[in-house]
Amino acid sequence: MKKEIIISGFGGQGVLSMGKILAYSGLVAGKEVTWMPAYGPEQRGGTANVTVIVSDDRISSPVLSSYDIAIVLNQPSLDKFLPKVKPGGMLIYDGNGIINPPTRGDITIYRIDAMAKAAEMHNNKVFNMIVLGGLLRVVPFLPDDALERALYKTLPERHHDLIPLNMKAVDEGKEIIKKCV
Amino acid sequence: MTEKTLRKGNEALAEGAIRAGVRFFAGYPITPQNEVPEYMSAHIADEGGAFVQAESELAAINMVYGAAATGTRAMTSSSSPGISLKQEGITYLASADLPCLIVNVMRGGPGLGSISGAQGDYFQATRGGGNGDYRVIVLAPNSVEELGNFPKLAFDLAEKYRMPAMILADGILGQMMESMAFNFDPVDPNKLGKFDWAVDIHKNGRAKANVFSYKGDNLIADVVERAKRYGLIEKTEARFEERNCENADVILVAYGLSSRACLEAVNHAKEQGLKVGLFRPITLWPFPEKQIAALAGHCKGILVAEMNAGQMIEDVRWAVNGRIPVRHYGRFGGIVPDPSEIKEELIKFANHAE
Repeated sequence: MKKEIIISGFGGQGVLSMGKILAYSGLVAGKEVTWMPAYGPEQRGGTANVTVIVSDDRISSPVLSSYDIAIVLNQPSLDKFLPKVKPGGMLIYDGNGIINPPTRGDITIYRIDAMAKAAEMHNNKVFNMIVLGGLLRVVPFLPDDALERALYKTLPERHHDLIPLNMKAVDEGKEIIKKCV
Repeated sequence: MTEKTLRKGNEALAEGAIRAGVRFFAGYPITPQNEVPEYMSAHIADEGGAFVQAESELAAINMVYGAAATGTRAMTSSSSPGISLKQEGITYLASADLPCLIVNVMRGGPGLGSISGAQGDYFQATRGGGNGDYRVIVLAPNSVEELGNFPKLAFDLAEKYRMPAMILADGILGQMMESMAFNFDPVDPNKLGKFDWAVDIHKNGRAKANVFSYKGDNLIADVVERAKRYGLIEKTEARFEERNCENADVILVAYGLSSRACLEAVNHAKEQGLKVGLFRPITLWPFPEKQIAALAGHCKGILVAEMNAGQMIEDVRWAVNGRIPVRHYGRFGGIVPDPSEIKEELIKFANHAE
């Protein structure tokens, strides 16, 4: 198993953290992982992206030009990464602020309105976990408990009381992700 | 061996340095290595060490000079243009025969360049940007795990041969996170052997020791002795990694981050039935010259892949000595080579070499 994933959105939206939680989930599941941020000046106010690779075997190149899965959270990210999904791959997008929805016949496209759901839950910070829940529902490449165990590893102990709320967000994500036809 | 954890390259390096017994750090901020001083400032004092944010790169390297003279494991870190500024201090450290660690998390150049990862400082690291006949041991990690484990290796070598060592990484390795484990137990600096040359008379009550960078009448004898030492290091300390080189027609030679892209290219090319291998120098000085010369005896061509316009290729050509074709594939200015492009080059070269 090897999944090459790009996550892209606005700077400050939590893209890098989302990638970090995903990478930790891979680590607790005993996988090899790499996490590679775009760290250039484009992070300031513009788009931010992170490449996460989760694999059974040692990972060679952490830098990629095409991906198995693209998670795109705004229009510029969608425009940039839609063409870079490998044929047969997958794109997941949040419908919030998307004017031109993706169209490509040779990949599977999912929509997850995580921002709207997070607002409905009155907690924008769980947005990340909604998206990750949706991802692992449609591509279950990690065991069910990996996300929760990753949260225990990444969050400082004083925030561990927030983990049940985050896991509720994961369940919401599993519910609301929809395949586009 | 510790449990596997997820760490950022720069933080693995800083933690690895503290575990290796580094108790003095001086540096001046520059992207993309800022997590190194940040981590040091938060953690080195817990181990009784000292962190100084110096007023400049020159001040930082000269503080390392002072700390190293006392036998303390001392280091500085910076990125390309900052390392240029440290060259005077490095040649003085070499002249004073002092062990220390200099870390270069390379970015684009020349000049101020860019903050993207690059490998443009190979010449500077292996030839020296400072004056005079001197060498620096240069280690080139290609993973976060090696970034964390090389500070100990660097100090073990630097102290064995009484000379500065450098870790040559790049911005991508510094910024990325990977699962990694430390392969050594924390070093207690108090349990390291005492150096008879160290200026630590107050600590040990020993006879007075002096460290000189100006040698006066002893200069010639000193330079001759040092050249002998360098010769011994070249014979015995070259480190490298080989993948599928035994029966390969074409061999890629790459170090650091570009060797990761090359490994992916080699794996794909193998699937297409090509006989290709990867040779990765781990020490850039001493350069694994003998090993590359041996490869030239049984393969048809060598492709050198670097994130620069062609620097290590000179050492490869020197080793190959005209016996087989040696070509270069370079991406630079902050572009990381794409494994599929390297594979194309490899296929073109393999067909040509037939």
